[in-house]
Amino acid sequence: MAEAVAVSAQTKPPTWSEQHPGEPVVSFENVYLSFHGKSVLEDISFEVHSGETRILLGPAGVGKSVLLKLVNGLIKPDSGRIRVFGQEVETMRERDLFKLRANIGSVFQEGALFDSMTVRDNVGYRLNEERVDPVEVERRVTDSLRFVELEHTLDKFPSQLSGGMRRRVSIARAIINRPELLLYDSPTGGLDPITSTTIIQLIIKQRDVYQTSSLLVSHRLQDAFMVATHRFNREKNAMEKLPNNGIEESTTFLVLHEKRLVFNGSTHELVHSEDPFIKEYLS
Amino acid sequence: MPDSAIDRAAKDRIGSLQAYALLSGRALANLFRRPLYLADIITQADSIGVGSIPIVLLTGFFTGAVLALQSASSLATFGATAITGQLVSFSMIKELGPVLTSLMVSGRNASGMASELGSMVVTEQIDAMRALGTDPLRKLVMPRIVATVFMLFFLTILSDTVGTMGGATTSILLLSQDASQYFHSAYQSLRFGDIFQGLIKPIVFGFIIATIGCFYGMNTKGGTQGVGRATTQAVVVSSVLIIFSDFILSKLMISVFGR
Repeated sequence: MAEAVAVSAQTKPPTWSEQHPGEPVVSFENVYLSFHGKSVLEDISFEVHSGETRILLGPAGVGKSVLLKLVNGLIKPDSGRIRVFGQEVETMRERDLFKLRANIGSVFQEGALFDSMTVRDNVGYRLNEERVDPVEVERRVTDSLRFVELEHTLDKFPSQLSGGMRRRVSIARAIINRPELLLYDSPTGGLDPITSTTIIQLIIKQRDVYQTSSLLVSHRLQDAFMVATHRFNREKNAMEKLPNNGIEESTTFLVLHEKRLVFNGSTHELVHSEDPFIKEYLS
Repeated sequence: MPDSAIDRAAKDRIGSLQAYALLSGRALANLFRRPLYLADIITQADSIGVGSIPIVLLTGFFTGAVLALQSASSLATFGATAITGQLVSFSMIKELGPVLTSLMVSGRNASGMASELGSMVVTEQIDAMRALGTDPLRKLVMPRIVATVFMLFFLTILSDTVGTMGGATTSILLLSQDASQYFHSAYQSLRFGDIFQGLIKPIVFGFIIATIGCFYGMNTKGGTQGVGRATTQAVVVSSVLIIFSDFILSKLMISVFGR
């Protein structure tokens, strides 16, 4: 078994990040967006590098989810340049975007599970669409659900799951083909603190076990700081606080306020920022 | 200079028309691309076609029956009750069969498509589908268009048949007319142009029902209230368009076939 895994690892084609070392996975340059003449985002510029987790903070309704949809081309900007895996998303045709999105996992705000499909079909959706062998689909669906500790829900429908379970299934669906980029849209929004911690643990596990680049939208500061100050312990199969009040260096922050990015930096820089809005937001 | 309210309204209308044309065109273009989603087409055909059979049968039968009842009294004034069968079959095959069947299917399915797709839009399932690499126009819209056009064609034939039978039931049982005379006049007077006219209409109407239902569903905005609004608009617009296009098609067919 171990040999098979080793052979599989050897034959696995190199990822985009391995082929393009040093290049950002996501790059926004002076992006502007408006809806019906009303400006939503102005002059947004930032980058997400390989293995990096960037947490996008900001008050509700400021345009965080919209920014996330710009990344995988679900929405096109009015102007500016968005590069994902080196490709210019804003000029791509929808048909070409489908290929690009094969390498991006998305976790939507309320899970966005297909309510007419079982958990098995939801998680295996992408593989079924790619006409992957059903036996292989079943194996990978089970693996993916095991990662989020929900392998017993295979035949359930989304309506039979709790809010937290739906988010976990959504994460399982997003990671089934091991994407190089993960987009989390308020994965803990509307959940109780215990369930939120479970979701955050999964995000940290994904970050530390697979080193997947990710962009995480949140308006809950406690969740964001938990991601920045915790690591996943594989032996205990649980997350733990970094020793000596340490900070996870690959996890950094962006803060959106009144259509613009008002902060782009590390956890340390964020908590020591002198910006009046950020000070008030963090207090 | 900022746009006036009239400018904005005009732009919105033209924008909607453009979006409708693009949705219809792209969905149809997907017919010639892989994957075809044959299983989804069959599922929709079952839901739209087989599911509509009871209402189409009832509507068709009673329309034919009441047509015979009403026309017989008028025809009796001129001593022409012998052509009741002809009048019923003409009316059913050329006009009432296609139009009433389409209106029934529109009420049942344009609303169903708009609400189903609208719910998927507001719960981000459409975005999730796109994010997972599937074109919703190919997976959701194209099968609905194909299934509606295909099934409405056969539902109309069914409606024409039971309508003629409904007229026969009234003529024979209630008006004591001769059965062979009714069926003879109903059959002998029909020409190719009449049948062609009656069968080309459901194809156009089916396209209208499915594209309008899907268009309003895919463009739903504003949560559950928006879903309700999209559903209502889909039924109203598709019904009006069916009646409007019926007039245009009838005019065209009469100019081609002379009847």
